[in-house]
Amino acid sequence: MTTPAEAESAQVEPEETGASERPWVTIVWNDPVNLMSYVTYVLQKVFGYSEEHATKLMLDVHNKGRAVVSSGSKEKVEGDVAKLHAAGLWATMQHDS
Amino acid sequence: MQDWTRDNGRLVSELEANEAAVIRGLVGEIKDMLTARAEQAPQDELAELTGMRTGPNTPPQESVLARLLPDFIRPDRDSFEPEAEDADTAGALRSLHEPDLIDHKSGVAETVLETCPEQGGTVSLTEDQADSWLSAINDVRLALGTALDISEETPEEPPEDQLQREHYYVYQWLTWVQDSMIRALTS
Repeated sequence: MTTPAEAESAQVEPEETGASERPWVTIVWNDPVNLMSYVTYVLQKVFGYSEEHATKLMLDVHNKGRAVVSSGSKEKVEGDVAKLHAAGLWATMQHDS
Repeated sequence: MQDWTRDNGRLVSELEANEAAVIRGLVGEIKDMLTARAEQAPQDELAELTGMRTGPNTPPQESVLARLLPDFIRPDRDSFEPEAEDADTAGALRSLHEPDLIDHKSGVAETVLETCPEQGGTVSLTEDQADSWLSAINDVRLALGTALDISEETPEEPPEDQLQREHYYVYQWLTWVQDSMIRALTS
């Protein structure tokens, strides 16, 4: 990701695996075009995440190359990936590992 | 162009005629590329009977279009166990979702063409229209970024080639337009 302003460099821990059953996960991958501010905005808009949580996920993508942004049934995750593709984020789905 | 501002819930800015022409031209090009891709979709009798559309099951060969229409499954992931059915699954998911994705991207492009005055002037957008602008401008940035081979390591210098340099300046300008819009939407 990129930013026209000064990039933040906070280190954040990986997402806790909170749900008891996570057969599928949605992953957002880092790419050099999408703006950090845009990725945060899209994660808030698509998932209803707080600005704080969306920013944490965005920084995971930026610093670690990818982040799990949602999880659930195959159908749910498929829909999430479709929405992220509509917004232009590089998202994929896979079985939880 | 000035920074986007919020006025009674609407996002407002002023565009010069040449700025409007650049935005309309590039957004229109993306829309045309997507339409051409949609027209290559397989015709299927069952699909025509049921109304269920199916898109192609392989990614576009052209890199810009491939970036706008990504796969649902990453084939070359390194740190996860590859699964034998990945390629089939990716193809099936693409075939299922690509027509809707193309509709969405064409729709946001159409919103920009409807709300961006041809001769420039005031642009006044609802929040939904502003979200369409964000998506459509992002698609243009993805296309230009792919064509210019922008990477995290790309130096902040414009390319030597004149056409590439023009694209590079447009890319930088659209980065600013998009970021200004997000700042106005989230302020």
